[in-house]
Amino acid sequence: MADPMRIRANVVGDSTEVKVLMNHEMETGQRKDAQGKAIPAWFIQSVSATYNGKTVLSAQWGPAVAKNPFLSFKFKGGAKGEKVQVTWTDNRGDKRTDEATIT
Amino acid sequence: MNSKRRTLLQTGGGMTLLTMLAAAGWLQPRDALAADAWNAAAFDTKSMDDTFKSLGSGTPAQSKGITFTQTPDIAENGAVVPVGITSAIPNTQSIAILIEKNPNVLTAVFDIPPGTEPSITTRVKMGQSSNIYALVKADGKYYIASKEVKVTLGGCGG
Repeated sequence: MADPMRIRANVVGDSTEVKVLMNHEMETGQRKDAQGKAIPAWFIQSVSATYNGKTVLSAQWGPAVAKNPFLSFKFKGGAKGEKVQVTWTDNRGDKRTDEATIT
Repeated sequence: MNSKRRTLLQTGGGMTLLTMLAAAGWLQPRDALAADAWNAAAFDTKSMDDTFKSLGSGTPAQSKGITFTQTPDIAENGAVVPVGITSAIPNTQSIAILIEKNPNVLTAVFDIPPGTEPSITTRVKMGQSSNIYALVKADGKYYIASKEVKVTLGGCGG
C-alpha cells in the first residue's frame, strides 16, 4: 500500500531512542484542486509503537501534522537485536505496521 | 450455503448485539474493542478554550517545567515546522500540541506510558504565525507552556 516507514532505533545509555519517518500525504482537507473543489482530508489519526508486546508510545493526530510525518521519542530499556514495531491508522481505515531492529 | 446456514443458526442461537452487527458488516470488530477511538470532537475545535473543554483540561496552569526544543523562532516553511516538547513534570501522562491560529487548534496528542521519556519531536503545519502550546497532563492535572513561532510562508494550503 503506502511506502514503508523508515524506523531507526538505537540504544542510548539505558534507553532506546526511536526515530520514525512515515510516508503519508497528511491532506488537511483545506486545499482546493484546480476546479475549486476541496481535496478531501486524508491523514494518519493514530500511531502506536510497541516493544516486547508493550506499548511505548501512542498518539492521536490531526491533519496539521506535517506531510511524511516525522516522530522521535525515547523509552527505558531495549537491547540490541530486539525489535520495535510502529503502526499507524488513517482516517480512511488504512493501516501500516513496520518493524525495526534496535542497534 | 454453509456459511448462510451457520449465520442463521448463530443468530437463532442468540448472538450478542455487537457480534450480530459485526456479522452484518456494520461494525468492524476492532471498533468495538478499540481502547481509544479518535477524539473527533477535540480535533474539530477552533479556539484554545474549546480545545481545553473538549480535552477536559480546565484552564491549565502555566509551567516552566515544559520546554520546547528544536522549535524555530521563525519557520520559513509553514508546511514543515519542527516541534520538540520535553516535560520535566513528574508522572507526565500525555503531551498535546495546540496551534492557536490554525484552522483547528489541536494538532496531536501523545500518550506517554510509564517507562517512556516525556519528550517527543515531530513536525507540524502552521497556517500563519502563531503561538504553539504544549499541554501536558501529569498526575491527572494539566499544565501548559507556549512558544511563538513566526511563519514566513503559511503551510495549510489553499
